[in-house]
Amino acid sequence: MRQSFIAKNPSVLIFLALLGLFTLAVTILGEGLGIGLISTSFVKTLGKTLCLCLVAIAMDLVWGYAGILSLGHFAFFGLGGYMIGMWLMYARTELIVVESLAQAEIPPTPDEIRDAIGTQIFGVVGGSDFPLVWAFAHSLPLQLALVVLVPGLLALVFGWLAFRSRVTGVYLSILTQAMTLALALYLFQNDSGLRGNNGLSGLQNIPGAGDVPQSLMSIRFFWASAAALAIGYVVAAFVVSGKFGSVIRGIRDDEARVRFLGYSVEGYKLFVFTLTAVIAGIAGALYYPQAGIINPAEIAPIASIYLAVWVAIGGRGRLYGAVIGAGFVSLLSTWFTGGQAPDLNVGFYTVKWVDWWQVLLGLSFVLVTLFAPKGIGGLFDLLTGRRGPDRHGADLGPGAGSFREKEAEQ
Amino acid sequence: MSTLLEVSGVSVTFDGFRAINNLSFEIGPAELRAIIGPNGAGKTTFMDIVTGKTRPDAGQVLWGERSISLLKLSESKIAREGVGRKFQRPTVFEDQSVFDNLLMALKKDRAPWRVLFYRETAADRTRVGELAEEIGLADQLQRKSGELSHGQKQWLEIGMLLAQEPRLLLVDEPAAGMTLAEREHTTELLKEAAKTRAVVVVEHDMEFVRRLECRVTVLHEGSVLAEGSLDFVTRNQQVIDVYLGR
Repeated sequence: MRQSFIAKNPSVLIFLALLGLFTLAVTILGEGLGIGLISTSFVKTLGKTLCLCLVAIAMDLVWGYAGILSLGHFAFFGLGGYMIGMWLMYARTELIVVESLAQAEIPPTPDEIRDAIGTQIFGVVGGSDFPLVWAFAHSLPLQLALVVLVPGLLALVFGWLAFRSRVTGVYLSILTQAMTLALALYLFQNDSGLRGNNGLSGLQNIPGAGDVPQSLMSIRFFWASAAALAIGYVVAAFVVSGKFGSVIRGIRDDEARVRFLGYSVEGYKLFVFTLTAVIAGIAGALYYPQAGIINPAEIAPIASIYLAVWVAIGGRGRLYGAVIGAGFVSLLSTWFTGGQAPDLNVGFYTVKWVDWWQVLLGLSFVLVTLFAPKGIGGLFDLLTGRRGPDRHGADLGPGAGSFREKEAEQ
Repeated sequence: MSTLLEVSGVSVTFDGFRAINNLSFEIGPAELRAIIGPNGAGKTTFMDIVTGKTRPDAGQVLWGERSISLLKLSESKIAREGVGRKFQRPTVFEDQSVFDNLLMALKKDRAPWRVLFYRETAADRTRVGELAEEIGLADQLQRKSGELSHGQKQWLEIGMLLAQEPRLLLVDEPAAGMTLAEREHTTELLKEAAKTRAVVVVEHDMEFVRRLECRVTVLHEGSVLAEGSLDFVTRNQQVIDVYLGR
């Protein structure tokens, strides 16, 4: 009766196949290598969407499976982006500076080059010295390591403090909100060392690849995002499929019982929290080179709340639900807020979707929570005729989180 | 007779209310014991203390041959030491199958990293099968435990406890809400379990306690009022006054 990983998780194969087909289709239709039916900017949007799907998988692991409603995972996403952004900005500025100084009579010293880079990068916040956090910015391997280490360590320390004190439910959600807000406010300061509210920009220009057109670069990043999403999906499916998955779902449904079974609940929560923070960091590191700019507004509390909304609408507690939710809602959001949606004239008032989209989103979140707790993913249950047991008891899953509805409409 | 668990001089106060008052209690390594007492006698608090959920203000709880103090250990550590607990309300993981519930409870390495790479072996499946047989759920293994009847859930929880291979089983009102036939089965399960380990049953129902045919400890206002066979304690005038007389 022993089944292989794939046999137990048929959705993994289906997902990978669909993702592969999608990647192929975009490559053929895109401008870089294909017939140019899809614009480069839309390829970038799709690539970014795949990164959002990846962070949604992380959110689903931590919320849908382990029952920790974290409203701070975009902090880890943003940190991943900042870490890669530092190298991108440093290396590219270095190229420009070296090129311009090469015209000088006397060849510049390394110190002069470094000062010139500093002036270029930090002139906007009235500085020229490199803050300590930029110590490794010259090295791609080191910054790539930081993409994983910084979000991971922050999650480890934060999680250790929070879980050890047995903070759960809404209180934990508020605490994670406070974390991401504090981080955003800190980064908004000019002397935080990451250019304050200017953030890091020009990230779409990859150093050393100046002759590669954006149309091609966007496809490459799209591939990288698809690959990361594929790997992330398989890793997440592996984590939740075996006994580990049983334990974290047990923690979600009845924490005390798991504790009396002899499992250290805090250890498991910390593991999941840190793992998902790392996944979020990687997703961010792929997202921001495609977005081209990162600033502290990206990690404002609302971003993490959106993440929870995506996962709820897509269907928490199933990985493909998270992907569907993030993909569907964020693309729809791009459409509505991009001014492409036609205005709706109801006679006495014209509904401009740019203004009304958030109301629509908030409303659909409330409706999904109330009437379709399984989200869009629940439709697949209808298709396959699968029904949940009639449990007679209270709703399973994490505490109903009474704050979510209000927050979603902000 | 050597003792497995020794509780001595334990007191707990909740907001000025003395839930447990200088309680002392001992149980041997293979013994069935029933604890009875009126509401508020401290039966559940007693279990909370032994399992580490509540920390007493005074007294000590010693465990095993090496007399380890349980008061310094976390709940999960105590469970790994061999104390299993069954709650009043059946608490099984309703969203998961009977098989998964039992597999999770099997005595195995509990560290996250080891659990992540754990793959079930044929021996584990056999063990789960045996346990399911014992609790009468052998043909329900693939069902979600949320679909089971109340009595079946209670048995599943007892099965999960047995899977943990605890040396001490604390069972809180196992017969509540069961039919007569289910009660008989439960009695058998507990008696069988007590042959190899210590079992403490907290129960209101005198009829059920009588079926267990074991020593009885009567709690009242947080301390032991009487101890002995059921017939002995029911003849005790104090017991009649505080409990049976009402």
